[in-house]
Amino acid sequence: MGKVEEIWMIASVSFLIIFMVIVGYQTFALSMGPPSNKEIIDPQKVDQTEPFKDPGLVDLGNNKFEVVMTLETFNFNPGDIEVPVGSEVEFIMTSKDVSHGIQIPGTNVNAMVLPGHIQKISQTFNESGEYLILCNEYCGIGHQAMYTTITVK
Amino acid sequence: MEQVQNIMKKPKSLISLGVNTQDARISLTYFTTSFATLLIGGILGLIQGLERAGLYQLPQGFNYYQVLSAHGLLLLVVFTATFTIGYQLANLSYAFGGLLPGVRKMVWTGIFLKLAGVILTVTMIALNEASVLYTFYPPLAAHPLFYVGLVILVLGIWSVCLAVFINYRHWRKEHPGQTTPILSFFAMGVFILWFFASLGVTIEVFMIIPWVLGITETINVMVTRTLFWWFGHTLVNIWYIVAISAWYIIVPKIIGGRHFNEKLIRLVVILLVILNIPGGFHHQIVDPGISLTIKFLHVFMSLSIAVPSLMTAFAMFYVMEKAGRKKGGQGLFGWFRKLPWGDVRFLAPMIAMIAFIPGGAGGIVNTSNQMNQVIHNTMWVVGHFHLTVGVSVVLTFFGICYWLIPHLSKRQLTQRMNKIGIIQTWIWTAGMAIMAGSMHIAGLIGDPRRTSDTTYGGSDIALSWLSYEYIFAIGAALLFAGVIIQVFAVFHMMFFAPKGHTEYPVALPEEDQPAVPMWTERWGLWSILLIAVVAMAYVIPIVDMIVNAPPGSPPFRTW
Repeated sequence: MGKVEEIWMIASVSFLIIFMVIVGYQTFALSMGPPSNKEIIDPQKVDQTEPFKDPGLVDLGNNKFEVVMTLETFNFNPGDIEVPVGSEVEFIMTSKDVSHGIQIPGTNVNAMVLPGHIQKISQTFNESGEYLILCNEYCGIGHQAMYTTITVK
Repeated sequence: MEQVQNIMKKPKSLISLGVNTQDARISLTYFTTSFATLLIGGILGLIQGLERAGLYQLPQGFNYYQVLSAHGLLLLVVFTATFTIGYQLANLSYAFGGLLPGVRKMVWTGIFLKLAGVILTVTMIALNEASVLYTFYPPLAAHPLFYVGLVILVLGIWSVCLAVFINYRHWRKEHPGQTTPILSFFAMGVFILWFFASLGVTIEVFMIIPWVLGITETINVMVTRTLFWWFGHTLVNIWYIVAISAWYIIVPKIIGGRHFNEKLIRLVVILLVILNIPGGFHHQIVDPGISLTIKFLHVFMSLSIAVPSLMTAFAMFYVMEKAGRKKGGQGLFGWFRKLPWGDVRFLAPMIAMIAFIPGGAGGIVNTSNQMNQVIHNTMWVVGHFHLTVGVSVVLTFFGICYWLIPHLSKRQLTQRMNKIGIIQTWIWTAGMAIMAGSMHIAGLIGDPRRTSDTTYGGSDIALSWLSYEYIFAIGAALLFAGVIIQVFAVFHMMFFAPKGHTEYPVALPEEDQPAVPMWTERWGLWSILLIAVVAMAYVIPIVDMIVNAPPGSPPFRTW
């Protein structure tokens, strides 16, 4: 192999390593890793299991909120949530039937919500307005109608 | 016969038998299937583009998701696969001076099985019994015959894989101490990877069939998803190896050059085969139930594919610059203008290669933890695979048609057909640039994929996506025109072009190249390394998914 080839190969591999260092630093040092909660639940008994027995918005004080949410065809429960500006909201979710996804366009909230698994994702809402919450994993004939809102004021 | 054997004993560069007539019939049958499928898949693609933009409504009894299921399955699993088999078998026949008679039978069996499988699955989709999309994630449960169709389809592919392995082994036995011709080496890489890739989905389907029949009550959702992506992502990388077999070996000949150092080419193929399968995990970066550590490992495993890809970029520019300079190209970029831009056999794969630069960069975004979270399941992803599969792979395939089909049908590539090909290539390029470009942007601002209508009750942010969706539709319309021209070109060259001879453009190595090392032929070792890498990637997460599994899910039909 020629010298230029060698330089190119070294550059390619170094690029990979530098990239991994950055991704790793962000994931583990800055806690910017993707949603990866590992709790499980019986998907056929969601309604009888804490905390999903009672889905809704929970005020934890200090501008912190929890949304205990179930996803099912073709609904988010609770829907039409309201929180004050500056709230840090943790979504705790599971599916009662098929695979769903939650996405709040304009934020980094984007996670798969699968039956049998409890998924968690947090978002701080610093700007007021009405945010769209939508399902971004195909879940059936009414998939396009599966959405709700979170209003920040 | 003795004469033929004598020819085969000569150095491979001297063989110019072309493709055996009996093998040509096999390849042409595969191409017929392939382009008939492209036509149907293209129509379905146009329908989706129009419906999504709100410009068209499907007739009563049909729905968007049904059309999307068929579009994905037909184009990803049938069009590209049948083209690949047709082209790779032609390469093998060319390289080996004909396939073995037994191998031919297996390959014919392969196409019948494949067709039977496809007809069954597509019928189930048409009956609205299987609107589960290309990914068919459980607990969505389609009609059992949909899965039976998939099994038959996989059996068809295995029969071709086995045929290729047998023929390859036979050639090596007949030629002790020689390395195989480079085109057959690519074919071996393609079918080895295909075989191992399909194992994942086969296990998945065998978990699903008893579940949809009611024999087992529930299914492990995470395991099936993971097994799907073991296959689902590897598939697109199989098309990628097929495409680079033309980039490395065919394109240099067309531009009047020589191919790159064979040792490096073989190394790229080996790396792609060994490293590929774990790449599928990056489809699950925002899944619950997989730890951050495992996800981080998979960012690395997915990205490692970038290394052989960057080697390919280097090699291609090297070969092109050398050929351009030989033709008198001066200065830093003079060689670039000397390339045969008016030859569709070059133009199409060249645009395909250029598209792989943004395509690969987008892929890096998709595989990395945090950025994936921004674009996961948005139109960005759809833009990404229309750029990579739809341009880098498919335009290479289209470019191959213009010499391979007339070669096989013993006809000529006329000036006129070349011109049609050039026009087709530019229409396709424009269509994909418009469609995939706007899909990337719409995805970045949140437009979700796989959704028939994204107005969401008139939400402001959803309205901001609408203008991009009109642009998708314009792109889709151009692409449909491209499909029509390509299908016309293919069947014209197959049945109506003037009789004659068309060259099979296979590049020779540069002079004074060292012998190709025999160790590259150790396919048993490469397979073991492949299995080792798959084990590293999958054993821990899958065991975790089984041992710490939640109670399973019953089947649902939600369409």
